[in-house]
Amino acid sequence: MEIAVFAVCAAIVIGGALGVIVTRHPVHAALSLVATLFGIAVLFLTLDAQFLAAVQVIVYAGAIVVLFLFVIMLLGVDRAENLRTEPLGGQRPMAAGLGVAVLVLALLFTIAASSGGFSGDTVATGRPAAVAPEFDSCTAVPKAFEGTGAAIACDGPEPISNIRQVAWWVFTDYVWAFQLTGLLLTVAVVGAVVLARQRRPDGDETPEPAPESAPEAV
Amino acid sequence: MVGTGWYLALAAVVFALGAVGLLVRRNPLIMFMCVELMLNAVNLTFVAFGRDLTDLGGQVSVFFVLVVAAAEVVVGLAIVVAIMRRRTGATADDVSVLRG
Repeated sequence: MEIAVFAVCAAIVIGGALGVIVTRHPVHAALSLVATLFGIAVLFLTLDAQFLAAVQVIVYAGAIVVLFLFVIMLLGVDRAENLRTEPLGGQRPMAAGLGVAVLVLALLFTIAASSGGFSGDTVATGRPAAVAPEFDSCTAVPKAFEGTGAAIACDGPEPISNIRQVAWWVFTDYVWAFQLTGLLLTVAVVGAVVLARQRRPDGDETPEPAPESAPEAV
Repeated sequence: MVGTGWYLALAAVVFALGAVGLLVRRNPLIMFMCVELMLNAVNLTFVAFGRDLTDLGGQVSVFFVLVVAAAEVVVGLAIVVAIMRRRTGATADDVSVLRG
């Protein structure tokens, strides 16, 4: 069953990725990207990452691809592109060669590493690998929180949910990184507004949308 | 249960496709989509290793990669909009006029 899910998702992911790079129409490429992102979301589910699967659908398919589509429509570049001509001679064979090289190297590493086995008893986490493939609900919680609600939940029949485990880490060990992402997003939003607003030719910086432009999407 | 190696192989394929697309395509929007493909391939690798090593750090890393990808797309698309206002239908080649 799980193998069938993986096979179907892998086909969708690779087909969508191919669609992004070979379709002539930007809108079709964006829709192919959605297919790839959904396939990866389902693969996250098979990897016991329920929170990330939901976030993948909401953030990527719901926000980022919609932003792409907004820009495509706003700029009016939704026309097909001529892919027959090759602006730079010999670029495509070289790109294909580089892509094959990347693929072969990555696959060789994967085969070499998996023949030795990824997981051992001496993994860097210091936790025994015997609890694989499921996350051990008790040890996945930082030590400082043992004896609190998390540890109590370990004794109960309900295992700690994936989203709660991720939340423990994000709000304890990685809390500074989490705060910095908030700063990063604020900077990105301000920068996008500054970059994308229209300026009058005379240098007056009051934003004045052109009559033909759609409402601001960015 | 599907082995971790299969997930890594799939991620390698998606990453290679994204890299080829980034090198080949001229439309800056499609190039951004190819960057997203490569980021997603790496995310899949993170989660697969995270399961294999029973470490949630992989999933937390993916969380931060998602945030950075969102910020990157917002700023990148704003730059594309700013360039396209000046030169309609600009491709990545036309941006070479920016050099001093």
